[in-house]
Amino acid sequence: MDRIDHLRREISLRESELADLKSQLALAESEHRLARQAKPWAWPLSGEEYQRYSRQMIVPNFGIEAQLQLKAAKILIIGAGGLGCPAATYLAAAGPSHIGLVDGDVVEKSNLHRQFAHATSRVGQTKVSSAITFLKDLNPNVVYKAYETHMSTSNAEEIVREWDIVLDCTDHPTSRYLISDICILLGKRLVSASAFQKSGQMMVLNDPPGQGPCYRCIFPKPPPPESVVGCGEGGILGPVVGTMGVLQALETLKVITREAPPEKNMMLLFSGMAEMPFRSIRMRGKRKDCFACGEKPSLTLEGLQTSMDYVQFCGVRRPVSLLQPEERVSVKDYAESIMDKGHVLLDVREKELFGLCHLAGAVNIPIGRFMNYRGDEVPDWVTDTIPGGEPIYVVCRVGNDSQVAAQKLMDMGLGKNGRFIGDIEGGLVAWKQVVDPDMPFT
Amino acid sequence: MGEAMTSAAIPVVVEFSGGLEMLFADKQRLTLNVPATDKDNKPATIAYLVDYLCEEEMGDARKDLFVLDGHLRPGILVLINDADWELEGEEAYELQSGDNVLFVSTLHGG
Ligand SMILES: [Zn+2]
Repeated sequence: MDRIDHLRREISLRESELADLKSQLALAESEHRLARQAKPWAWPLSGEEYQRYSRQMIVPNFGIEAQLQLKAAKILIIGAGGLGCPAATYLAAAGPSHIGLVDGDVVEKSNLHRQFAHATSRVGQTKVSSAITFLKDLNPNVVYKAYETHMSTSNAEEIVREWDIVLDCTDHPTSRYLISDICILLGKRLVSASAFQKSGQMMVLNDPPGQGPCYRCIFPKPPPPESVVGCGEGGILGPVVGTMGVLQALETLKVITREAPPEKNMMLLFSGMAEMPFRSIRMRGKRKDCFACGEKPSLTLEGLQTSMDYVQFCGVRRPVSLLQPEERVSVKDYAESIMDKGHVLLDVREKELFGLCHLAGAVNIPIGRFMNYRGDEVPDWVTDTIPGGEPIYVVCRVGNDSQVAAQKLMDMGLGKNGRFIGDIEGGLVAWKQVVDPDMPFT
Repeated sequence: MGEAMTSAAIPVVVEFSGGLEMLFADKQRLTLNVPATDKDNKPATIAYLVDYLCEEEMGDARKDLFVLDGHLRPGILVLINDADWELEGEEAYELQSGDNVLFVSTLHGG
């Protein structure tokens, strides 16, 4: 296996290098052709650039002026995922001087349905090098700068300082606050977007620098960690996050080429499956008492680097600890001594996840049903799904919701008459790790 | 105090976005007649509407995904007629007939 992986990596590396050489050759050839026409070149862009950008330059009020502004612009894109791929693609294609890409992740197969700058052959490569391979092939005129790392308090200044405008294409509140703070401190405009399941949001912050609101002005306190669900858990449709990334690219072009700054602050809401999917709302301005950008800000560059802890600020989800040790069984014990005896296995993941893959004989009541229920009688949807008096084992993805559901079942009184109610510790993720590695999905 | 006042109601449209609809039986839009005054006979405000939604409309036990420490939880924006509620006076804004109040939960994915 190691050898196969090694060869795959080597091949994909060679392919990236080859693609790079080919695009360099194409550029050199076309420049050579143009150079042979002996007359001195009298135009602000090269012949190749005239061809490449003509369709956008002839758009009313874009013109060569906007193209030259763009040609001078240095754009930093933080996150080379579902937002970063479309944003970087359209921006690179439009012809800025430099594009920087920041991401510490490697390409996984589960990224590919939406992160189209990567490729099946580049699974395992860093996202930044994979995306740059794709972008160089699309437009070799741009200088690409790779930052194969996550943004942190220690590298934020060094990374962001040299750029004109920043795109936040990350996926967690911790990075969103950090990026907003460093943009305030260094006076950079910030185009921020996010997406989840079928919805997206976008706004431009610190625009113009020192005048527009920052992320903290809009969201002074971070959301409770329990309310933060990522795309890996909750899912995301490719065209939804793609739409938001493309809108970020458009907004960036607008900011770089416009004549006057906006008079209003706008946030765009997108509900991909709704009848009227787009909505623009008028956002507040700067918050006078903002920690980062208010009248007496507490944030300093030195403070950011030495004493800010964004993980602590945003908090971490506490593991659930509702059940007693004797009410929990390990995946190993379940497989060895419980599975083939009379019992009920209740899977409380969402019905879509249950539909993808579940353990043999499991029945499904999504955790949301339990959360919605406020009564103290046993409801029909429980007795219909869990008849009889056999012991009940609850399972979920990682072993948190299973405890909540087991506790609810006990509160309903299902455990009287000595009926066992408990859960499987570590959930289906542990099951796949310990018992059945062939399980295709948890 | 004015018993007659309590029967008056204000028609408003409440909408949810960014996943909050999950707390309201997956309804993205509610057409409500909210009592015009609260129990102290004060005009109904956004703060009152938030309480009212928790008491009357929310089917979910996860109230803390909507309200924390007596206020709207961090990470939820309120838009009154498509403008940030800060522009209108935040929780103290008095509901008007026909108002559209949109609650937006911030998204983080990307
Ligand atoms: Zn601010």
